[in-house]
Amino acid sequence: MDDKKQERKLKIRNIKNGISIDHITAGKAPEVLKILGIDRGFTDSVTLAMNVKSSKMRKKDIVKVENKDLDVNEINKISVIAPQATINWIHDYQVVKKEKVKLPDELIGIVKCPNPSCITNKEREPVKSIFLVKNTNPVVLVCKYCERETESLY
Amino acid sequence: MSLKHWNKKHIISIRDFSRDEIDFVLKKSALMEDKLSSSKPVKLMKGRILANLFFEPSTRTRMSFETAMKRLGGKTVGFSVAETTSEAKGETITDTVRVVEGYADVIVLRHPAEGAARVASENIKIPLINGGDGANQHPTQTLLDLYTIQKEYKKIDGLSIAMVGDLKYGRTVHSLANALESYNVKLTFISPRELKMPKRMVNRLRDKNIEVKETTKLNIGNADVIYATRIQRERFPDLQEFERVKEAYVLDEIILNKLKDDAIIMHPLPRVSEISPEIDETRHARYFQQSRNGVPVRMALLCLVCGVDF
Ligand SMILES: [Zn+2]
Repeated sequence: MDDKKQERKLKIRNIKNGISIDHITAGKAPEVLKILGIDRGFTDSVTLAMNVKSSKMRKKDIVKVENKDLDVNEINKISVIAPQATINWIHDYQVVKKEKVKLPDELIGIVKCPNPSCITNKEREPVKSIFLVKNTNPVVLVCKYCERETESLY
Repeated sequence: MSLKHWNKKHIISIRDFSRDEIDFVLKKSALMEDKLSSSKPVKLMKGRILANLFFEPSTRTRMSFETAMKRLGGKTVGFSVAETTSEAKGETITDTVRVVEGYADVIVLRHPAEGAARVASENIKIPLINGGDGANQHPTQTLLDLYTIQKEYKKIDGLSIAMVGDLKYGRTVHSLANALESYNVKLTFISPRELKMPKRMVNRLRDKNIEVKETTKLNIGNADVIYATRIQRERFPDLQEFERVKEAYVLDEIILNKLKDDAIIMHPLPRVSEISPEIDETRHARYFQQSRNGVPVRMALLCLVCGVDF
């Protein structure tokens, strides 16, 4: 029994190579997985913890993914739904880099405008969505084109 | 404000305008109206072409721009969707304006998709004026609304302005409220509970220290300007409810003795029954004049964005 407990603990705490995303807004871990493109077909080990007690945020989610890297686009997307998240890059069980996500002033081509009448949602029109970040806590975005404000994008 | 500041500038959204820019356009519009009323023809845009691209019909906006350009001695080309062939419909806006850029000196675009004007403007070097993009913006309407108020009172600061009707979906009242943000005005929003001004707009105005009152009653006794809008049947699932609500916000002779002596009544037109015809002949009615004011305002804008001094 003790061994089993130990093993479970280990699995949550440590990955050999990959990324660990901490301080995710409570309840948003599944959306983070979506951003990372993790679905049924994903074969590497993924650990997810939701509503974990946190001294800083009261409650938080954590996601750890083995053998995974993150690009700027993914980090920006995460910053929209979890503005307080921190990302740890892990190599050989060691944290080699740590970064707090930062919501950029402009989100270009990474979120879809929720307004169906927006020109960015018209098929064939060659235009990327651009959102201006109006507020960071809570996150409020304004579509550069249809000018609608939006608070939840996922 | 220099001419260079306006040359080749796109007019997309009233939110892009600073107070100084609005005031400048209003000042220039007054100048243009003086020119218009003198007997000498204005030839400021002689030899230039305006392309009116109307992807949805709007006869009044189109005629107003056409009149403005022709009064300036310029010419117009273009289409309105009723007349268009499938090619114009299937083509992207980006492609359409790139083609038209080769024909004209300035474009007016009306399109049902929100943000269409901004996308179009990013793909061309000649100036583009937004003639309405869906429920989003119609900046020349807002400028002519402000011009009408300014012309009447010689000021906007210090006025009390009441907006009546559909404040939830009404594009004109949203844009007007946006523009009034940088003025020192008192606003009263009068609407049925179902059609209130969106909360974020009210909050935004209050953040800018604008006194905002919201009410369901037609209390217009203190207003210098009453801006009426149409309440549309589509907004009400229940027809009886619509009839009741519509009745409650009609401006008719009964309200006349409640009005301030010099109060003016405005409306973006077309009206249906929200202003009864007996108001038309009173000293309060300004809606037809408001609509006429669109011509000098659009003339001024056309000259400014084409780099024509006056
Ligand atoms: Zn949009």
